Amino acid sequence: MHVTSPVRTPLVTGGKTYADVTEDICKQVEGKPTKEWKVAFGISLAVLAYGTACLFWTWWEGLGVWGLNKTVGWAWDITNFVWWVGIGHAGTLISAILLLFRQKWRTSINRAAEAMTIFAVICAASFILMHMGRPWLAHWALPLPNTFGSLWVNFNSPLVWDVFAISTYFSVSCLFWYVGLVPDLATIRDRAQNKVSKYIYGTLAMGWNGSSKTWARYEYISLILAGLSTPLVLSVHTIVSFDFATSVIPGWHTTIFPPYFVAGAIFSGFAMVQNLMLVTRVVYKLEDYITFEHIEMMNTIITLTGSIVGVAYLTEFFIAWYSGVEYESYAFINRATGPYWWAYWAMMTCNVISPQLFWSRKIRRSITWTFFLSVVVNIGMWFERFVIIVTSLHRDYIPSSWAMFYPTMFDIGDYIFSFGLFFTLFFLFSKYLPVINMAEVKAVIRTSSEKLPKKISGVSKADRLASPAYKKDAE
Amino acid sequence: MTDINKKFLVGVYDDDDVVLSAVGKLKNSGVKIYEVYSPFAIHGMDIAIGHPRTRIGIAAFCFGCTGFLCALLLTTWTMGIDWPMVIGGKDPISLPNYVPVMFELTVLFTAFGMTISFFITNGLGPTVKPLLFDPRCTDNKFVMAIDLSKNKLSEAEIASIVKASGAEEVSIKQL
Repeated sequence: MHVTSPVRTPLVTGGKTYADVTEDICKQVEGKPTKEWKVAFGISLAVLAYGTACLFWTWWEGLGVWGLNKTVGWAWDITNFVWWVGIGHAGTLISAILLLFRQKWRTSINRAAEAMTIFAVICAASFILMHMGRPWLAHWALPLPNTFGSLWVNFNSPLVWDVFAISTYFSVSCLFWYVGLVPDLATIRDRAQNKVSKYIYGTLAMGWNGSSKTWARYEYISLILAGLSTPLVLSVHTIVSFDFATSVIPGWHTTIFPPYFVAGAIFSGFAMVQNLMLVTRVVYKLEDYITFEHIEMMNTIITLTGSIVGVAYLTEFFIAWYSGVEYESYAFINRATGPYWWAYWAMMTCNVISPQLFWSRKIRRSITWTFFLSVVVNIGMWFERFVIIVTSLHRDYIPSSWAMFYPTMFDIGDYIFSFGLFFTLFFLFSKYLPVINMAEVKAVIRTSSEKLPKKISGVSKADRLASPAYKKDAE
Repeated sequence: MTDINKKFLVGVYDDDDVVLSAVGKLKNSGVKIYEVYSPFAIHGMDIAIGHPRTRIGIAAFCFGCTGFLCALLLTTWTMGIDWPMVIGGKDPISLPNYVPVMFELTVLFTAFGMTISFFITNGLGPTVKPLLFDPRCTDNKFVMAIDLSKNKLSEAEIASIVKASGAEEVSIKQL
């Protein structure tokens, strides 16, 4: 019952019928793994194995294997943590905020973006465990009764808020994702040819049958979950920024941090979605589902959030001067002209200048440019966190304590670990679960698209009737 | 399933618009519809069939309140009563500092409570065998089930009404 004005370009092209959607998406799940998939999965497993070895050594030897020193006590670990959490914001933004705004183009990309969110948060959490140094005491961050009194956690501390924010965000994201998966798992269950997959997908589908009562409740809880996830996603990066903003380090102690961090998170998250979707779309031949319209929409959001981030950088600099606090001013002048000037200017170029190229429609709709600029944006966002963390710390209160941070192979290796983990999980997802939300896509494609004129559906009625999928459907 | 040993008339439709208008036509002809199964949500279908409005929102609100109260109890009791501590010169119980934790736990309780209630009220679970009148209803067909024992009209009469409303196939299924 989705009605689109004829002047709008359709969200799904190629004049797909409901049966086509099922066929196109389920094909990937039902078929044997392709050679490309095996190679890509093998590479990510190898990367994960190398990273795991580095991580093992980090925990075996202690955090001394990192390049940290007495002055710079947070560097790559927290940079990577904030970077991954930021990437993890796009999925919920797409599925929750865009649902509240009734942006129907989200339906083609929300499944993969939510999966990306979950995997990115797992990577972020791994850095939390890493930087503890003694991960077996991680439960000390939770308010559990203990033999010290009980000595409780400090609920005044942003680090404890972070524990609650990240774990809530992770579990609610998983829940939202799973609820959305259930109808599609039922579709796979009802098509499954062999017993094993029928059993596995049947168990996961929980006996879903698509009755109108279930759907009505499903829509209702999706709306409430979206309403809950929207403030939740904003709260997560706000609280991450509190880790810095509530401290008294020049360069961190600023009230602009929450909105600035949230915009940056959405910015980098969308860039990562672009990278993943551009590849998935080609490999799985989903060009009709993830169209140039989708790519353009996401690029528009990247430009918007990139501009917000740019304004925040300039505001920060201006306020540091305008406040008249010399320590604050120094922190910013040191960022731009000090020993880490290259990181600062890398951040400025990648985050402020490069997304402005998307003002050109040609670049916005170009696959190569989009892919390239999305990588650039993620590099820039990594440098943003590095600049904030390391340049603020490396000039200590006493000049005799000033120091530099140089990464060791374990800093790098632990970062590589997170990439291995992320891609391994993403490849598993893309093989064994439907990468596009079939039920939601079916709801937004024009009903009875074979009845539509070619002008709108992109396919003439004769071609449609001749297509193998239609024949199969008719049988 | 409580509907065991019942005879159902099953109509299969090809289009969501057609099945939605068919529900209206059937109701006007005095046919009581048991349920319509579709591969995606058809807006207004539950209202057209006459299902009561879901009360899961009330449940969600109650779970949210529970989460909020649990968080309030947890933070104030640990920080202010069990082991009072003055941190940063603030009162042992300084509520503004607990807002993030209260918010997160409210969201957590609401989301999980509501979703678990959703699965329970719909009778969904890992071992549940789906009640499928036609397996194509999760692919591309819209399946209408009519409980013949709850209708006064005869089987043939209902079948002809269903056919006339645009159904592609009409069959009888015994559960």
